Amino acid sequence: MGNALSELVNGYVSGNIIGMLLLFGLLCTGVVKAETVKGCAKFLLGTMALFFVPFGVGIIDSYGVIMDNAVPIVVATIVSTFVVIVTVGWVFQLLNRTKR
Amino acid sequence: MIRSIIESELFLVTLTIGMFILSGALFRKTKLMLLHPVLLTAVAVIVFLSFADIEYVHYKESVKILDFALGLSVVALGYLMYEQVERLKSAALPVLCATIAGCVVGIAFVVGIAAMFGVERDIITSIAPKSVTVPIAIAISEPRGGIVAVTSVVVFCTGILGSICGAKLLSVSGVNDPMARGFALGAASHGIGTARAIELGAVEGAMSGLAMALTGFGTALLLPIVEKYLY
Repeated sequence: MGNALSELVNGYVSGNIIGMLLLFGLLCTGVVKAETVKGCAKFLLGTMALFFVPFGVGIIDSYGVIMDNAVPIVVATIVSTFVVIVTVGWVFQLLNRTKR
Repeated sequence: MIRSIIESELFLVTLTIGMFILSGALFRKTKLMLLHPVLLTAVAVIVFLSFADIEYVHYKESVKILDFALGLSVVALGYLMYEQVERLKSAALPVLCATIAGCVVGIAFVVGIAAMFGVERDIITSIAPKSVTVPIAIAISEPRGGIVAVTSVVVFCTGILGSICGAKLLSVSGVNDPMARGFALGAASHGIGTARAIELGAVEGAMSGLAMALTGFGTALLLPIVEKYLY
C-alpha cells in the first residue's frame, strides 16, 4: 500500500510540494492507481496536524527574540492572517460565482 | 535510568503522539476552539521539556520522524487534489486570481506592518513567509538571513490562528462557497488550516491543499522581489 507513496519520498528531497504535484500527476495519468495510495493518504491527511507540534515547541528556543519584538510580530501575524483569509475567500467566491 | 528513558527518541515521540490523542479527545468533548489539539499538545510538550530539563535541540532531533511524516502528508495532498480534479478544472480562473491575491496581500501586510513598527530586517525576513507551510517557509527565510526558529514559531501560530478563527471569519464576511472557504484556509494557514479544512469536508480539504501548494510557490517567487525593492 505504501509502496507507491514511499517511491515518491525521493521527491521529498527536492521539496515535498514537488512530491505532491508528482503524485497528483501520476494519479491523473493513471500510472499510480488511486486505490493503491488511498488508505495511506487518508491516514496521513487525518493526522497531519500532529506533525506540526515540534515547530510550535520551537518557541522554547526563540522565546527571547520573539519577546523582544512581541508586539509587531503578534500584530503583523494576526492582521495579515485575517486579511488573507477574507481577501482570498472573497476573490475566489466572486470569480467562482460570476463564471456560472 | 529514568533519565535515559525520558530522553530516548521512542519516549519523546510517544509522548508527543499520546498528548495529541488526548488533546484530540478533550477537544471533541469540550468543543472549545481554544483547546486546539495541536496547540494543547505543543504546550504540554513544552511544560514537560522544561520540567525534565531537556533541550529543544535534543527534542527536535528525537522527533524528526514527525518531520518526515509531515513531508509525506504534504505529498498525500496530491491524492486529495486528484479526488477533486473535476472541480479543480472548472475553477482555474478563481484559483489563479485568488492565489495571486493571497500572496500579494499576505506579504504586503506582514512586511508593511513589521516595517511600520521599525522591526529589524532579520525579523521581517523571518516572518515574511508566515502563511506558507513550514518546510517551504524555512527554505525561503533561511538563505535570506531569517531566523529559522522565529519563522517556524510564527508559521505555527498563523496556522493555529487561521484554523481556530478561519471558518467563523469566512462566515461573518459572507463567504459560503465551500471551494472558496477551503482555498482561503489553505492560502492563509497552510497545513494546519488544511487539516481543519479536511474536517469541514472533502471539497474544502482539496482546495485548501491546492491553495497551500500554490501559495508556497507564489510566495517563494515573490518574496525575493519584494525584498529587493521594498525594504
